[in-house]
Amino acid sequence: MVEVFRHDLVIVGGGGAGLRAAIAAVEADPKASVALVSKVYPMRSHTVSAEGGAAAVAREDDSLEMHFKDTVKGSDFLADQDVVDYFVEEAPKELTRLEHWGCPWSRDEDGRVSVRAFGGMTTKRTWYAADKVGFHMLHSLFQHSMRYDRIVRYDEQFVTKLLVDDGVVRGVVALDVREGVVKVYLGRAVILTTGGAGKCFPFTTNGNIKTGDGMALAYRAGVGLKDMEFVQYHPTGLPGTGILITEASRGEGGYVVNGEGERFLVTRDYGVGQKAELGPRDMISRAIMLEVQAGRGIKGPYGEYVHLDLRHLGEAKINERLPFVRLLAKTYAGVDPVFEPIPIRPVVHYMMGGVDTDIDGATSLPGLYAAGETACVSLNGANRLGSNSLTECLVFGARAGIHALRHAAASGAGNESRLAEMGAAEQARIDSLRGRKRGAEKIAQIRREMQESMERGCGVYREQPSMQETVRDLDRIKKRFADVSLEDTSKVFNTELTAALELENMLDVAEAVAIAAAGRRESRGAHACRDFTTRNDQEFLHHSVMFLEGGVPRLDRKPVTITRFQPEERKY
Amino acid sequence: MSDSKKVRFVLTRFDPDQDQVPKTQEYEIPVRPDWKILDALNYIKDEVDPTLSHRWSCRMAVCGSCGMMVNGEPRLTCSTPLSDYGDVVEIAPLANFPVVRDLVVELEGFMDKFKAVKPWILRAKEKAVEEGTHRQTPDELHAFKQFSMCINCMLCYAACPVVMNSPEFLGPAAIALGHRYNMDSRDEGSRERNEVFRGEGTVFECSYANECTEVCPKGVDPAAAVNQAKLNAVVDWATSFVVPRGGGK
Repeated sequence: MVEVFRHDLVIVGGGGAGLRAAIAAVEADPKASVALVSKVYPMRSHTVSAEGGAAAVAREDDSLEMHFKDTVKGSDFLADQDVVDYFVEEAPKELTRLEHWGCPWSRDEDGRVSVRAFGGMTTKRTWYAADKVGFHMLHSLFQHSMRYDRIVRYDEQFVTKLLVDDGVVRGVVALDVREGVVKVYLGRAVILTTGGAGKCFPFTTNGNIKTGDGMALAYRAGVGLKDMEFVQYHPTGLPGTGILITEASRGEGGYVVNGEGERFLVTRDYGVGQKAELGPRDMISRAIMLEVQAGRGIKGPYGEYVHLDLRHLGEAKINERLPFVRLLAKTYAGVDPVFEPIPIRPVVHYMMGGVDTDIDGATSLPGLYAAGETACVSLNGANRLGSNSLTECLVFGARAGIHALRHAAASGAGNESRLAEMGAAEQARIDSLRGRKRGAEKIAQIRREMQESMERGCGVYREQPSMQETVRDLDRIKKRFADVSLEDTSKVFNTELTAALELENMLDVAEAVAIAAAGRRESRGAHACRDFTTRNDQEFLHHSVMFLEGGVPRLDRKPVTITRFQPEERKY
Repeated sequence: MSDSKKVRFVLTRFDPDQDQVPKTQEYEIPVRPDWKILDALNYIKDEVDPTLSHRWSCRMAVCGSCGMMVNGEPRLTCSTPLSDYGDVVEIAPLANFPVVRDLVVELEGFMDKFKAVKPWILRAKEKAVEEGTHRQTPDELHAFKQFSMCINCMLCYAACPVVMNSPEFLGPAAIALGHRYNMDSRDEGSRERNEVFRGEGTVFECSYANECTEVCPKGVDPAAAVNQAKLNAVVDWATSFVVPRGGGK
């Protein structure tokens, strides 16, 4: 018999968005019970790796309208403007709440929270805790969540299936990684907060756990994935490892220079204007690629790169504001930024796209919600501004938590015996996958080929032939996945089995990215095509939505909500 | 990597489905000079033996997943350079924890200790969001910031001689975390936490070995936290006779 747990709300993922949703739910209803189901312990969640900060209007010289306009312009007019309005209004409240919950924000001399400059933001509005903001936010949320006994954690439970009965979500099935058996978590609403899918690519800032699990779960249940073609390349990753060097390095005054020592964002026209190094990420990543292409890069063992120069900031400022960057550069690039420039190149960082939700976090499937990077609530459009995403986890995590709970209160319990049967069927599927002997295909090899194809077809610059080739590659690779053999037959902590499940998820997500990319014959935000070099509002001022129907992907579209900021040329 | 150096890794293996006791297994693999210990484990997992189990994620020394014993010392494997070691490297699961499988240890006991110190802001009256943020000067932040840097990697528990003999000992990371909140100018909960600290198996069990501080990869200095917490718990106990309960912080 499959073990069954019953809660009002089941949250899948224990990072920033999941924890915030859980806290919002139990604070809104003192009787609500929440299952927090995660494939890792919450403090291992990838929110922990965010560095630079979280955006919210904080100063007299700033306004909600300015944050709104920066975000919409940064999105290349593909953000839904009602969503952006709600976001900028809630952002200061959410960061204040986190301050009350103990987040050690950096402070000015008078005791106020400090803010710093960030790319694409008109003025200083990025709150920070030195350069480990994600780490401090995650730990503050996790520790605060522990005061509520009604948030029940189920750690190292890998969710493999949404339980959908009669067109309504009733819970999830998860593989208990330690025991090797599946468990059923019943809830009258489910929130997906599993983060991004950077591991679909070979070179990413993302941790090993970022395999698009929540996106794949929703996609297979018939829910659309929106704006998947928009993959953010962060301009400053370490060559080789892809480890993130925060944008706060530039916010604090760092320079980006080419092999000739030239600050090309200042000396050449890359569309960033006076913003120079504080231009938005999509533009700076493209500028770096063009510099390297023009032969002004620096050759290294992991390809060509350019430099991030912090030396003029001085040791004191680097130690105070960017201590983690100094440590990362020393440990993983062998350079001390106080004395040497840091080698950097663009690296896959963030999925603007995700599970299609409305402003409440609700999907088209009754009872299913999503928030954070997993979701696409359409805050970020075609290009996210740095430091908006941590705040997004809080603002829309909280909203999804409250709305999912409302849905749960009005919803029945479902047919438990049918749901338990689905759990048993999932147990059989997992059992047949574990240690199965098929052909000669290996997980690591298939994963590598998927990643390399994604880089070729869906890189910083794209064009039709290579995107189409990647779509064909993925179709072939998916078929080969069916022929994978697994060697580990043990039930306990079988990470070969979880790697297979993760690869299955990534293949679906990667295919959605590639097909959506090939379908957008224009350049907008992070989607830059060499064969369609300009934005085309006539034909493409709409969201892309991918559906999986009978195992076959289908590209659809959806209108963008424009309230008061009409699309104009995006020039800084 | 055909012409590159080879290193022999001696890994502890344990599969509770099959083994009564842990055993070792050796893998000789080609390595790159810039690798960390974790890169070698991932190479073995991907290219040689997919049955190996180990935890890892961020590979940038902040998620805290990949702590293991490397040649007998607790190390964060993603930030430990392979070049610090010779031609043979022994990797075992963290000491002082039950082993789940191979290099994976049981964390449940720690999670309970963590919660026991009430690691959240306690106040008589919660501040409303409309009242804005607390004022906290850089000096007030500095008073606890160091103790807030713990990534829960568990290296300090693997190094602690007290944990080795009494697994129920609250331990360095949990005490440092409780102390972190006691030192936070926004918090009013030190009375409650000091009661925890005066209980059995907490700060007074510490034997001043300082091993925790030596192995901490994040400079948290849990030994200092334990010592300060000890003093504060005593002072708080003493003043409780002169100041009525709830009359002071």
